[in-house]
Amino acid sequence: MSDKNDPLSPARSFQGLILALQNFWAKQGCVILQPYDMEMGAGTFHPATTLRALGPKPWNVAYVQPSRRPKDGRYGENPNRLQHYYQYQVILKPSPPNLQELYLQSLAAIGIDAKVHDIRFAEDDWESPTLGAWGLGWECWCDGMEVSQFTYFQQVAGFECAPVSGELTYGLERLAMYVQGVENVYDLNFNGLEGDKKVTYGDVFLQAEKEYSKHNFELADTEMLFQQFKMAESACTKYLEAGWKDGSREEHLMALPAYDQCIKASHVFNLLDSRGVISVTERQSYILRVRELAKACGAAWLKTEGGRA
Amino acid sequence: MPDLLLELFSEEIPARMQRQAAENLKKLVTDALVNGGLVYEGAKAFVTPRRLALSIHGLPAKQPDLKEEKKGPRVGAPDGAIQGFLKGAGLKSISEAKVQHDKKGDFYIAITEKKGRATQEVIAEIIPGILTDFPWPKSMRWGGAGGPTLRITKTAPGIDVKVTEFSWVRPLHSVICTFGPETEEPAIIPFKVPYTNIVASNSTRGHRVMSSGEISVKRLDDYAKKLEAARVVLDADRRKEIILSDAKNIALAQGLELVEDEALLEEVAGLVEWPVVMIGEFEKEFLDIPAEVIRATIRINQKCFVLRDPKTGKLANKFILVSNLEATDGGEAIKAGNARVIRARLSDAKFFWDTDRKTKLEARLPKFEQITFHEKLGTQAARIERIARLAKELAPIVKADPAKAEKAARLAKADLLTEVVGEFPEVQGLMGKYYALAEGIDKEIAEASEEHYKPQGPNDRVPTAPVSVAVALADKIDTLTGFWAIDEKPTGSKDPYALRRAALGIIRIALDNKLRLPLLTVFRKALSALPKMTDQKNVKDAPSISPEEDLLGFFGDRLKVYLRDAGARHDLVDAVFALEGQDDLVLIVRRVEALGKFLETEDGKNLLAGTKRAANILSIEEKKDKKTYSSEPDASKLTAPEEKALAAAIKAAEGEVEAALKKEDFGAAMHAMAKLRAPVDAFFDKVIVNADDKAVRENRLKLLNRIREATRHVADFSRIEG
Repeated sequence: MSDKNDPLSPARSFQGLILALQNFWAKQGCVILQPYDMEMGAGTFHPATTLRALGPKPWNVAYVQPSRRPKDGRYGENPNRLQHYYQYQVILKPSPPNLQELYLQSLAAIGIDAKVHDIRFAEDDWESPTLGAWGLGWECWCDGMEVSQFTYFQQVAGFECAPVSGELTYGLERLAMYVQGVENVYDLNFNGLEGDKKVTYGDVFLQAEKEYSKHNFELADTEMLFQQFKMAESACTKYLEAGWKDGSREEHLMALPAYDQCIKASHVFNLLDSRGVISVTERQSYILRVRELAKACGAAWLKTEGGRA
Repeated sequence: MPDLLLELFSEEIPARMQRQAAENLKKLVTDALVNGGLVYEGAKAFVTPRRLALSIHGLPAKQPDLKEEKKGPRVGAPDGAIQGFLKGAGLKSISEAKVQHDKKGDFYIAITEKKGRATQEVIAEIIPGILTDFPWPKSMRWGGAGGPTLRITKTAPGIDVKVTEFSWVRPLHSVICTFGPETEEPAIIPFKVPYTNIVASNSTRGHRVMSSGEISVKRLDDYAKKLEAARVVLDADRRKEIILSDAKNIALAQGLELVEDEALLEEVAGLVEWPVVMIGEFEKEFLDIPAEVIRATIRINQKCFVLRDPKTGKLANKFILVSNLEATDGGEAIKAGNARVIRARLSDAKFFWDTDRKTKLEARLPKFEQITFHEKLGTQAARIERIARLAKELAPIVKADPAKAEKAARLAKADLLTEVVGEFPEVQGLMGKYYALAEGIDKEIAEASEEHYKPQGPNDRVPTAPVSVAVALADKIDTLTGFWAIDEKPTGSKDPYALRRAALGIIRIALDNKLRLPLLTVFRKALSALPKMTDQKNVKDAPSISPEEDLLGFFGDRLKVYLRDAGARHDLVDAVFALEGQDDLVLIVRRVEALGKFLETEDGKNLLAGTKRAANILSIEEKKDKKTYSSEPDASKLTAPEEKALAAAIKAAEGEVEAALKKEDFGAAMHAMAKLRAPVDAFFDKVIVNADDKAVRENRLKLLNRIREATRHVADFSRIEG
């Protein structure tokens, strides 16, 4: 482990924590991807998870994904809640037998020693109604605090996962707050420097949290969003239909662009939801519409190079 | 006699499933052994977060031999029959069969002997199947070498059937299966877990962090001892004892007292293999939050116990945590970490508690207009309006102030919209009371918010304050009539809206408070307030009985269960319930009690026998004559002195009974009824009912009918057993 005085020590900087995880998982043979370039609610939406979890091909990947939860915005006033935060996502397909051990080692790599800290695996079944996905696993506790989600995917986009992928999702801000011993997310040391050169999480994101909270709750153009939802939905369907090679249903050539529109629809729905313009009954039907898109994209993916045997 | 040891070592099993899984394992394995003729002396199952274990001791080394006899055809039977018999019994020639003699002659008989197999072989055969079909509430597949896969079978073009070949609650890592007598090194039964590469062995692992490497074990005592050395307490009950006694001692050392919580203790014991109990602290200012909220926060989110000061009974600013680790720093980091999370949780709770009090309960009500209670039963606002009106109408019956009852009903659910209740649903009602009191609302009204949910279960308190009682009844009656109106009644074990509990609640409230509640009238009133049902069922399916009467019948069943649990005879409840217009719970119970006492007396027993005899004769003769004898007997045709006396006695008794019933004096009514016993006995003793004279016979049958009718003033005797 790196020296505690090193600005890139996970205990000193947010970026140091990310780098330590990147290094750890790179050493395990993971492809280190960069974030997907679209707005999404969680790292699971990244095609490197949703689509790559389907089909028989092995796949090991790790990446940071900025995650947008419009409803969680608190105008920068809550020390723990953000409408934009980072997830660290790891997918190991097939899930290796020592996945729990690997997870503990990854915690050790960021300074959480299982001989000092009480790490627990507490039941938590994961389900994403919008992705038509579910899995079994745990939320991982460190001294009573939830720091990660650990899931064995059973189904994604309505398809059985074979082989099963193991998914680890680390809440980066929360972990960083713990290892830095900070009570307010905005006080996190981002770059590990001190004095004039220190940059905090608040320096980077406080303004954005305030602006986006106003946007998400008060100003986001709902008329535009309703249209965007419809447009994304129809584009997704159109691309899926047009993507079949030679018109036969044997090979698909447009699964990834189609899936982008599914991601888009999901995020637009989240924004509409946070604007409070979707009633309880409509809510369910929007979720179902996104799920139908996800399922159709999954079906197409299984007929592509990446999804086939 | 050999012992069997089985361990299934996996990743963390959800705490809530552990006990049942251990019980299931024990039952499935022992049942299968017994079915295979292997009787055992004792069996015990164990469970920790990472392992299910089972020890069965005193098994025989092999199955008993089985001798099977198959009877064949007669000696000298046609060849076809003989060949068929040989084939069926698996014999090569008829010379292998024996001949047996019975009174019909000589028969062939085939005796096949089935040698008992070694117990080990039987175990190796049954356990893989038990593991494959193990009844986990939810199970999964996993990847990697050894992970079970999914087989996809094509049954027809385009139709894939997916078969999960093996699944477990979480990834299964290894299995122990040893078998052998106490004095010897046990053998390993090396069966393979289907569709995985796990083969049963004698080795396992200890605590994830505080031990390393594999441990080889022999049988239960050795296994438990080695696990203990590897920092695993195998027995969940022992883990519970350790946690409880350590928690109490630590509390005591601080002059505090543990707030015991059996459900939490059970859960926590399922979260650790090696319990290490510690005490943590939070800031005193959080104690401004209601104790129930602090406890809920700490218990539900953090799985920690709270402590109280035994002198004041108030919560202390300390908590007990149970970790799974003897940390190398003595637990300082664990304590600090848990305290940090609890502090954050309590700040949230305090924020909610402070925010909630800024909005008056009344001001929250309009929001209920947007919340659907049930698709067919309208919004929460509509339901609250119905409850408020009903509570007001019930107020005089329960001696409550109608205006207060109405207001209390309107506010009773308002706390559902508060932040604290949103976070911790189990403090609903209670928070409503706190918020109402904080607003300065009348105490009677405030308390109804908490009390109107009661009684929640058989051991819960019954509300007694009149305003609370009015709201509690109105709430439950609206629920019941509503779901009855839309035909969502409980069936079998399914009662998703807890309607049985609601009905039992009404019964207990009425009886404990001696409330004279005309149920049918009240049901009708509540039903008429419901939204109009648009999708009427087909007339054909429509029940011939009205919803209020059907609901009353449901109450009858609930009352029977309730009284039976209290030791009353269910047939007496039936006998009373069968009478017209019985919808007043208090009167029904008093009548049942009086009837019970009466039937214990000689007079009661004999009158019951006499009435039953009369009813029997009547039913036989009525059937024979194909007519009923329900009209009044003709006094002029009564001849025998005993029948004259009986007729007079019935008339006199009926008068007395009616007068007593008017005063609701059931004891007196029974006493009056008792006077019939002697004339009835004398009548049966001396008078022949089936007289030769047709007119006399008919008149006597009518008199018998009068006995039956007279007794129906107090109960339907035909429903009484004995």
